[in-house]
Amino acid sequence: MTIVQQPTSLTIPMQRITSTELRKMLDTRSGFWTVASMGIVSFVTTGMVILFADHEDLTYRTFTSAIGVPMSLILPIIAILSVTAEWSQRSGLTTFALVPHRWRVIAGKLVASVVIALLASPVAFAIGALGNVAGTAIAGVDPVWDLSVANLLTITLANLLGMLVGFMLGVLVRSSPGALVAYFVYQFLLPTLALILAAQQDWFRDLQPWVDFDFATGALLEGPLSSQQWAQLGVTGLIWLVVPLAVGLRLVVRAEVK
Amino acid sequence: MITLESVSRTYGDFTAVDHVTFTAQPGRVTGFLGPNGAGKSTTMRIVVGLTHPTTGSATVSGRRYVDLPNPGREVGVLLDASAQHAGRTGREILTIAQRFMGLPRARVEEVLDRVGLTPDESARRVRDYSLGMRQRLGLATALIGDPSVLILDEPANGLDPAGIRWMRGLLRDFADDGGTVLLSSHLLHEVEVVADDLVVIGNGRIVAQGAKSDLLASAGSMVRTTDRDVLARALDAAGIPMSHVGTDALMVQADADQVGHTAFAAGVPVLELRAADGAGLEEMFLQLTADTQRDNQPEGALA
Repeated sequence: MTIVQQPTSLTIPMQRITSTELRKMLDTRSGFWTVASMGIVSFVTTGMVILFADHEDLTYRTFTSAIGVPMSLILPIIAILSVTAEWSQRSGLTTFALVPHRWRVIAGKLVASVVIALLASPVAFAIGALGNVAGTAIAGVDPVWDLSVANLLTITLANLLGMLVGFMLGVLVRSSPGALVAYFVYQFLLPTLALILAAQQDWFRDLQPWVDFDFATGALLEGPLSSQQWAQLGVTGLIWLVVPLAVGLRLVVRAEVK
Repeated sequence: MITLESVSRTYGDFTAVDHVTFTAQPGRVTGFLGPNGAGKSTTMRIVVGLTHPTTGSATVSGRRYVDLPNPGREVGVLLDASAQHAGRTGREILTIAQRFMGLPRARVEEVLDRVGLTPDESARRVRDYSLGMRQRLGLATALIGDPSVLILDEPANGLDPAGIRWMRGLLRDFADDGGTVLLSSHLLHEVEVVADDLVVIGNGRIVAQGAKSDLLASAGSMVRTTDRDVLARALDAAGIPMSHVGTDALMVQADADQVGHTAFAAGVPVLELRAADGAGLEEMFLQLTADTQRDNQPEGALA
């Protein structure tokens, strides 16, 4: 019996999985344009703020929040598609054959998502700063820098949490259309319902900060958090992010890949 | 080498794979044959760890697939050529595999060349590929890590006749160099030409396995008679396995001499008696798989 001698191969390092997964987020036309659209939309919103905002509103916070809206929408979608494509496009049949420990692939995708979120935020801040300088110059007023480093850090954290929500939904649903629908329900329907409920019911108004994740992350955009707000962020994050993510991860590892 | 030991997989009440045991040897092409839905793909997914078996175990080169440190370097897998992100180019799909496996970048060009995809084709997105091109790309992904084992599910689907001949040559060379090839198909002729060993599966169960030459030899004789039931009983009494063909014929797992004597002893007139060679394996394949399909029907379904 002849046996072909193979060079002994080492375990695939985590760093290689992560960088390959990062590449996979950008190497399709849809992936590339999703990421590119964040930059494009940031410039467009900046332009619109310069054109339409009142002079006294031309502050750094105005620019950053305007850019933050489209960016916080698009970031989670990148994370969602990164996970769900393995099932919806069925590329998982190859990916999980090359890396049979699925949690390593998923961890690679998680780190890659975090990297993109952490890179996107400073880019947004820079575009906002450019807009602030240009806008105030055009308007002939002095630029107002009304965001502290602490503000920028909590905004970055808000972006990161949004990205993780997308990642969680991708892992939990494992289908691109399904996860995108779930995302829009999560992002728009639930906060609206919470808003209505809080307006109608006193008991919920008191409870809301402790059960509404969107409410808690919204505080991150406003400014430094009190210790109570941090606690609320932790509690709501546990309910709406950590627990469903744990369930999703368990399903991913066990589910059949077809 | 690929070894399966009593591998089963059930989905609720349905048994997709039922105690499948076989070995694919190095230096040989093992054809995994069965009609659609017989459990071939499920079995192959179990081997590479994409589906968890309900019972039993499968090993590749003596280890469970998930325990292989860098599986792509030891096992080339092609389960479904269409299961790729349609928005990636062929070259990009190979680049991803090359990076996961930690191979030199030049391997991408080498393997593109080996499967006959031109630079122009490799720059196209997979959504614009024909099924034949997808099969070539899938084979390239399987070969890029220079593995010693190949696991290919219906790789000839969508290839033109020249492509099929090319692939047979490639698999033959791979096995002649000491590699293990497990190749599934629902078409007997497709694997008959290239396979050394055959494993035939029907309704999740293995119905025949062995060297192709043995299976061909044991394909036996075809006998037509006016009194089939009497001959069938006589053969049964002699312990010779057989199956019914058409309205008046039996496919017997014995040579013509033995069948002739049994018929003579039973006093049954024989209309035709011949060795079942040539079409024999095909007949066996149809019979064996048809038999298991009948066996699994509820009692009285044929009455």
